[in-house]
Amino acid sequence: MKFFSFHLMPYGPLDIEAADKHLSSWVVLPNEMYDPKAGAKLYNRYLDELELADELGFDGICVNEHHQTAYGLMPAPNLLAGALARRTSNAKIVILGRALPLVNNPLTIAEEYAMLDNLSGGRVICGFVRGIGAEYHASGINPTESHDRFHEAHDLIIAAWTKPGPFAWEGKYFNTRYVNTWPRVYQQPHPPVWIPSQGSGETIEWAAHPDRKYPFVITFSPADSVMKFLKLYQDQAEAYGYTATSGQLGWALPIYVAETDAIAQKEARPHIEAMFNNFLRMPLEMLLPPGYTSIESMKRILEQKKGVTTERMTLERILELDIALIGSADTVRQKIAHYSAEVPFENLVTMLQFGTLPADLTRKNIELFAADVMPHLRGLSTDAPAEPAATAV
Amino acid sequence: MSHTTEFLDIAGCRTEVRRGGSGAPLLFLHGAGGNPDWLPFMETLAQSHDVIAPSHPGFGQSDAPDWFDGIDDVAHFYLEFIETLDLEGVHLVGSSLGGWIAAEIALRNPTRLATLTLAAAAGIQVKGAPMADVFLWSDEERTRNLYFDQSLAEAQLAQPLSPEAGDIAIKNRFASARLAWNPRFHNPQLRKWIHRITLPTMIVWGKEDRVFPEPYAHAYKELLPQAELRILPDCGHLPQIEKTAEFVDAVRAIAA
Repeated sequence: MKFFSFHLMPYGPLDIEAADKHLSSWVVLPNEMYDPKAGAKLYNRYLDELELADELGFDGICVNEHHQTAYGLMPAPNLLAGALARRTSNAKIVILGRALPLVNNPLTIAEEYAMLDNLSGGRVICGFVRGIGAEYHASGINPTESHDRFHEAHDLIIAAWTKPGPFAWEGKYFNTRYVNTWPRVYQQPHPPVWIPSQGSGETIEWAAHPDRKYPFVITFSPADSVMKFLKLYQDQAEAYGYTATSGQLGWALPIYVAETDAIAQKEARPHIEAMFNNFLRMPLEMLLPPGYTSIESMKRILEQKKGVTTERMTLERILELDIALIGSADTVRQKIAHYSAEVPFENLVTMLQFGTLPADLTRKNIELFAADVMPHLRGLSTDAPAEPAATAV
Repeated sequence: MSHTTEFLDIAGCRTEVRRGGSGAPLLFLHGAGGNPDWLPFMETLAQSHDVIAPSHPGFGQSDAPDWFDGIDDVAHFYLEFIETLDLEGVHLVGSSLGGWIAAEIALRNPTRLATLTLAAAAGIQVKGAPMADVFLWSDEERTRNLYFDQSLAEAQLAQPLSPEAGDIAIKNRFASARLAWNPRFHNPQLRKWIHRITLPTMIVWGKEDRVFPEPYAHAYKELLPQAELRILPDCGHLPQIEKTAEFVDAVRAIAA
């Protein structure tokens, strides 16, 4: 098993009572509520936390992209990935992930990732995402074009990385006479591409394809959903005629470890509940603008009329669903081992700071996880790596 | 007066078309909410006109063809629609999104058109008077914000949508986003050439329109000086529903 320390970098000092008067902490929350003096300290604290994870032996450290929200302060995650690349030498630097449809020129993503790959000496892992629904309201990009823009941008980026330039790209959304990226990527044939997802049959079908075999990381979902979708990926691989390795599977979730279950629950409660109820909260119209999901998917979602971002979360519900793992090192260890036995996944992407969790508790969490959970789980889910997919366009 | 519902193949798009009445052809172009039924205002207009009410590509029971990307496609589709049905002297009447489509059609080729009616029409941006963000409205907010008379909203809210109607509503929102997400419900180029529309034009607007507020009506009148402008008091975004008699009067005033 490999361990990644993932950060969302939320604006912890948010005046939650004031924020709750607005429609959401996304898109329309007035940016006057952001204090640069507090924010400046936060960025450095959060980078310290990721560097600590590297020091303590995590296999990778992860940043993430979100726009116009108190939920996450990294509209440009590659900037922070660059800062981390110079301060670390062991951990993989994971950007989880750049939102491909939200840019007008995907070559900027190809270029930035190539720079980071060179700067880090080949340690970068490149996440590709569609962006969350709210970001289509924020950016003005048409959500009905989300899937098609994602796919064309992906194809263009892979081509930019692997096909000798200059060449022309004549697509529907992107059309350019010269694709000729300097620098070229360090890792060959290109850096690993990871696909974070909340679970989607179409995404699995695409990611598991033999041409791609992209590691698939389920995020912020109840554990049984995670198991279901990871199994679906495995089944899809079989349908394609190969067996997926555990390296192609991942789970990203908040984790909180303390001395006992009771202490962990008490310490985590206000902060994890704030994350779901105050930071992530948004109306369905913001989360799912028309066309973000297919018409069929939308029908299904509306039938159920609930989801992680629209229902009010309690710690009890979180524990019941294992959306986050909160407890003593023993408890957390056992749960991970239990789920890994069900579907062996190699990549555990731990979010050890969440919502309003303060610096001292975050540090304690990271240290306890590294000392009392990680070493016991390293041996899980190792199988011989399959031949990497030769992805060249 | 009876009406028919049929499906026609226009430009490779299986198109739902309601039609009733006789007289000069009146092509009614619906708004983002769709074309759910043969409505009372259509029935009234059918007494004087051959009322043709299609569902745009992407909406209602019409197909969403591969070429359905933007407003330009819909405008050309309707030119082909008019030609395929061999209509002449068409009175074009558009509501909201349909008004924008009507302006785009008239701008491209007015040959087979007689008059233009813009009812609470999308299509232009009025700087300093932003339109409402309809894509952030909940279903209830939308229903309430469409009408001045809240009893109309209450009546609509009291009737839950059938599963079929709910499905169509999802489809219609998708199609509206396809056409109008950004630039939001307008074509920035329209203002440059709209003066080329010289058709007799009626602009009809509800004074209490919360989607495109009153300044939009005046902006259109400035761009189309030949137009008659009628602003209906105590009326929201759908004058054809909320003030049917005044709406029909306005249409008949121009489309005699």
